[in-house]
Amino acid sequence: MNASSTSPSPAPTGDRTPTPHPTRTSAPSAGTPEPLLGAVGMARPRIEGTAKVTGAVRYSSDEPMGDLAHGWAVTSTVTRGRIRDLDTSAALTMPGVLGVIDHRNAPRLDLEAGSFFGPDGGMHLLQTDEIPHSGRPVALVVAETAEQARSAARALRVTYDEEPCDVDFSLDHPAARPATSFIGADATVGDVDTELAASAVVVDARYVTPETHGAAMEPHSATAWWEDGRLQIVDSNQGPFLVAMTVAALFRLDPKQVRVRSPHVGGGFGSKSGGCGPQLVLAVMATAMFDRPVRVTLTRSQVFQTVSMRPTTDQRVRIGSDADGRLRAIDHTAAFEVSKLADYLENCTELTNTLYAARAIRTRRSAVPVDILPPYSVRGPGATPGSFALESAMDEVAERLHMDPLELRLRNEPSAGPVSGLPFSRRNLTACLREGARRFGWATRDHRPRTGREGHLLVGTGMAATSFGAGALPSTASITAETDGAFTVAIGASDIGTGARTALTAVAAEALRVPPERIRLLIADSDLGPAWGAGGSRGTTSWSWAITEAAAKLRSRPGGATLPLTVSFDTTESLGELPLMERHSYSAVFCEATVDPATGEVRVRRLLGMFAVGRVINPLLARSQLVGGMIMGLSMALHEEGVRDPATGRHLNTDFAGYHIAAHADVPDIEADFVPDYEPGDPSGIKGVGEIGTVGTAAAIANAVWHATGHRRRTLPIRPDHLVEERPLP
Amino acid sequence: MTDGTRSEILLRVNGLTHRLDVDNRRTLLDALREDTGRTGPKKGCDRGQCGACTVLLDDRRVVSCLTLAVAADGSDVTTVEGLAPDGELHPLQQAFVQLDGFQCGYCTPGQLCSAVAMLAEHAAGWPSAVTTDVSPERPAPELDAVEVRERLSGNLCRCGAYPSIVRAVLETAARAEVTG
Repeated sequence: MNASSTSPSPAPTGDRTPTPHPTRTSAPSAGTPEPLLGAVGMARPRIEGTAKVTGAVRYSSDEPMGDLAHGWAVTSTVTRGRIRDLDTSAALTMPGVLGVIDHRNAPRLDLEAGSFFGPDGGMHLLQTDEIPHSGRPVALVVAETAEQARSAARALRVTYDEEPCDVDFSLDHPAARPATSFIGADATVGDVDTELAASAVVVDARYVTPETHGAAMEPHSATAWWEDGRLQIVDSNQGPFLVAMTVAALFRLDPKQVRVRSPHVGGGFGSKSGGCGPQLVLAVMATAMFDRPVRVTLTRSQVFQTVSMRPTTDQRVRIGSDADGRLRAIDHTAAFEVSKLADYLENCTELTNTLYAARAIRTRRSAVPVDILPPYSVRGPGATPGSFALESAMDEVAERLHMDPLELRLRNEPSAGPVSGLPFSRRNLTACLREGARRFGWATRDHRPRTGREGHLLVGTGMAATSFGAGALPSTASITAETDGAFTVAIGASDIGTGARTALTAVAAEALRVPPERIRLLIADSDLGPAWGAGGSRGTTSWSWAITEAAAKLRSRPGGATLPLTVSFDTTESLGELPLMERHSYSAVFCEATVDPATGEVRVRRLLGMFAVGRVINPLLARSQLVGGMIMGLSMALHEEGVRDPATGRHLNTDFAGYHIAAHADVPDIEADFVPDYEPGDPSGIKGVGEIGTVGTAAAIANAVWHATGHRRRTLPIRPDHLVEERPLP
Repeated sequence: MTDGTRSEILLRVNGLTHRLDVDNRRTLLDALREDTGRTGPKKGCDRGQCGACTVLLDDRRVVSCLTLAVAADGSDVTTVEGLAPDGELHPLQQAFVQLDGFQCGYCTPGQLCSAVAMLAEHAAGWPSAVTTDVSPERPAPELDAVEVRERLSGNLCRCGAYPSIVRAVLETAARAEVTG
């Protein structure tokens, strides 16, 4: 498709439920176009809200399907080695069993297929007898019912020739190598060593963040079948078009032969991005071999073992400052785990390039290959662990200077990109810091640690500043002016809980200058054309751009055209014309935490985030997303840790009893709000809200824990045994 | 008809009676989803750790993934689909929509069923782990945010809709008190 194509209108199969009454709570931002009543800027409940609270929406594993067979994955119990024998004889005689797929009979895949980072062996399932990591799928049992498949899976006898494994990651690992420069090179500005030597104070510290998992509530599920010469797929993913392209590449199919739908997705957080999940690879193999629709749904444990996660990071930060709090040098060295199966970049130093002015900035990123499955993006990739290191170190600088950590941030505002030299499109960190501090009551804080006390509890406050890159990626939207006055807006977007349906309906209504009730939005289908997925905080920006341009094109048509009339717009060219600038969302996060030194328990009592995220399409939904992001940051700070046994390499906590995510009782009421902001490089003025909520939160909490206790925790999660004190408080 | 591996059971689901021939290993969750077409209850973990499968079994909340279908024989089951039998949303469902008590929606059926039962438990005077006065003569504990959070902690939400869920529950409870 290109900018001038006119295509037949897509089938009108959108699911629209009655839209609840909107309420107007938005604060218009300076310099923004006047919003049309009922569209952009309105706090409007989700379009699919009624369907979600009545159980009517269908997620991937809910789709009714005739003649459905069920696949059950079998995973490796060793971390490294080879399959010696895989005895299927008992399983094959069991009731309902259709067959077993393993490396001896599986369809051959294209081993060049992968993600943006190149070939991805994580997707090349059942191709050899090699075991590259624990939990690697070694077979799929297919049967008439899920119980039969599961039962037969247990009867499979798999033996291995085990080899020694290495999961002992650290910054000093001998296999460490420079990370891919796929997303920009390492920074070298000024002379870090000279500036550090001239500094009044120097902080030099190591920070470790653990392996963390997206852990979306919906386990990954795919259903695949062949129909009229096309491979039909219903799958849980963050971008159906990108998944369809990956499936076509893996199975050497014509992309036109593959159709992927993901009507409703039960959360992603990165775990359903990055190409093609194991559930889908296995389901496509099975439908080809058994010539029936096959559904593969991963168990919760399999989700932990076979779906990409955020890698462990080990970071060293050195910051040198003058006595008045002006930074002389920032030196940030970040190492992260990668798999031997695929490359990846956990871009921990991204913020270090842009957040603060300093005479010298040096960043170095290294990847350490160990025997794990390929890591990939988890909410705020790179920035989330990177921010924990950088913003903890900034707090340590303030501590050494006996200075207000808020003031330290304000004092180091750059006027242009400190590494790139590029101008900022719109930098609103100062507004976030000042307004957040005002609402939080920061001005009365005693900056000395261990000064807050309430009975048996120590009380402290902490803050962090942060940013996340904003932008858009090529996408194509089509709009059809229908004969009944409605507009069918089609784009291969995905709503993983972000509110994309609701937001894009508002964007389309504004762009077409019609009430939202006249928009019929079609998403979540690869047949709707090339589109970026819900990832990188670039979903809504990418899709809105295409919709806005398609609407402008439709409105510029001379009147009197025959209806229905369809226009399409591909944003590839417009995006290429955008001048290079530093474009980021900003936030300031403030936290109040209590610590009980008798038990070591940390409770987050207050959490407040002020955000500059461009124009806000729907304040109700955007606020929800930011609050949710902050809760994920809280969870990372205090609870989450994927534990691998250094001896066996096995992932030990593959369920919600062992891998704790924040529950109701862990979460206080949380405030997230916006400062007026606008992104001039985006037709709708938006920046994206998906990830920035998570990014700064862990550091704000760790800094509050230091302020409460005087103990600096540089390794996450902060566990009770790290803080328990032998002597009772006086 | 009952042999060694299958049993015939009777389930009343949202008021409709189902006579089902089930594998004895079938969980109530799978029976609801696969045999009665009620896909509202979700399988988030299949081991009672996330609460997404919560339904009301004879008006009490249970995790249906840890309940065998044969053990529910003869029972009344209410799933999220049954909270709005006449098409009009339950006040809690309305509050979830208006206050955005969900994002992806996957945990929502469990949160709603759990919250409906929790409000009834509270109204019946049941204490929770954070109730300070548990003496037999105690007054009913006041339903505040801390009580709601404690009582709903068996229902995980990875999108982090917790604050909105708690607000929706408290608002619904307050409204019921005014009108009830």
